[in-house]
Amino acid sequence: MSDVVVAGIGQIAVGEHWEIPLRSLAVRAMLAAMKDAGGLRPQALYVGNALASILSHQAHLGNLLADYGGLAGIEAATVEAGDASGGAALRQAYLAVKSGMVEVALVVGVEKFTDVVGAGVESALTTLTDADFEAEQGLTPAAQAALLARRYQHEYRLPPEALAGFAITAHANAVHNPYAMYRRAISLQTYQQAALVCDPLNLFDLAPDGDGAAALLLTRRERLPDDYPQPLVRILASAAAVDTLALHDRVNPLEFAALRQATEQALRKAGLERDQIDLLEYHDSASIYAALSLEASGFAERGAGWRLAAEGEIGRNGRIPCATLGGLKARGHPLGASGVYQAVEAVLQLRGQAGANQIPGARYAMIQSLSGPASCAVVHLLERFA
Amino acid sequence: MEIPRHWRLKHQRYSLIGEVCPHCEARIFPPRDVCPRCGQEAKQTFTFSGRGTVYSFTTIYEAPAGFVESAPYTVALIKLEEGPLVTAQLTDLGDQPVEIGMPVEMVTRRLRQDGDERGIILYGYKFRPVLAR
Repeated sequence: MSDVVVAGIGQIAVGEHWEIPLRSLAVRAMLAAMKDAGGLRPQALYVGNALASILSHQAHLGNLLADYGGLAGIEAATVEAGDASGGAALRQAYLAVKSGMVEVALVVGVEKFTDVVGAGVESALTTLTDADFEAEQGLTPAAQAALLARRYQHEYRLPPEALAGFAITAHANAVHNPYAMYRRAISLQTYQQAALVCDPLNLFDLAPDGDGAAALLLTRRERLPDDYPQPLVRILASAAAVDTLALHDRVNPLEFAALRQATEQALRKAGLERDQIDLLEYHDSASIYAALSLEASGFAERGAGWRLAAEGEIGRNGRIPCATLGGLKARGHPLGASGVYQAVEAVLQLRGQAGANQIPGARYAMIQSLSGPASCAVVHLLERFA
Repeated sequence: MEIPRHWRLKHQRYSLIGEVCPHCEARIFPPRDVCPRCGQEAKQTFTFSGRGTVYSFTTIYEAPAGFVESAPYTVALIKLEEGPLVTAQLTDLGDQPVEIGMPVEMVTRRLRQDGDERGIILYGYKFRPVLAR
């Protein structure tokens, strides 16, 4: 079967865009992706979004965004998989193009937080947990991460600053990313002095909510125009799995089984080994999730994921560079858009367009889009054509 | 607030009633239609003892709507003595520091209150340190 290539990428800076409505956030990224692809026009639009129905009182985003993007007449729908919505939307577009049913597909991930402030945002976020048996106990997504972090530190007897390396790496990498929300490096001391949010997690252990939108245009290789302007990147593999939705329904909550399954599937489909991966865009919505992701996907032994960060192995010159343009922590985490930002960043790296953060000679990139504590995991492998 | 949604969960919330799988004898909470261990149909009710230990815990300062007045509050994963984990708030802690492994027991407490003065008050299970007898 023919190769599915990422023909175009687009993104806007993540931040608090009080003056920009949901639809404009998305359309700006969509237009940028189409332009980047040399003007290819899609036949289908897949929107990744988690909370617009609640935060902006707007459902039916496929329809709205195709309409406002000047694409009326094409097919369009929203894909929702919690904060893995972006990864899940990318996968639907990939399946559509790979099957031959759609020639050119546009993916846009978008999330608009700043229409609501305070307890309303927390309430909206809790809808991503089990409504009857987690949310009604007052649990929040940040608290889920804290429960895992406490247990992790207990089981492996870790020092309090064990997880600091994830935020420090992410912030160092965001400095040169003009689309990142927080472009300042932080020190261990800054980390240690930060306010607790949900003990043992502090402000720097949790990725910030932000408004954002990112887009990708996918097509088959032979559909590209002769004067296609970009270095060529293809999707080598796509895989997804779900675990129990509620954390309490897991036999071993520290295991991240869905991510392990999706990663193994993706590597097998691509015929790749872990040591061939040049960079990993993991889902660091919480530092503990980055640690558990490295373990579940086989880059670290169980209980040793935090060491990769503490010892510099996830830095740009390390064994497995992660969050190379800031990750969710420092680029920002616009939920349903985050999985698409990850893909945009991976494509920049593979094209050699990542600027000061370029991983030299990057050929293979892995992207992991999760919802909550890996309740849902979507994994993609991208390759630069040699 | 949605009355039927809470009314139909009264057995779980007030009495910690779950299920026991007739095929593999797994104790299941909350109840579900398919046994998570053996994959067969599960519908035989089982009342949990309400005793367990703290598996992990945290404190919530930034609470969702309905819980803001309770903040800060402590949420835990409780390992019930029959096997399952359950998410619940800890209560009646006094000055006692919480620790992983601490024995706790279920009590019924107010979970949250509808902002509307004519709204319902939601009660359900929380867990407190086991009292010395």
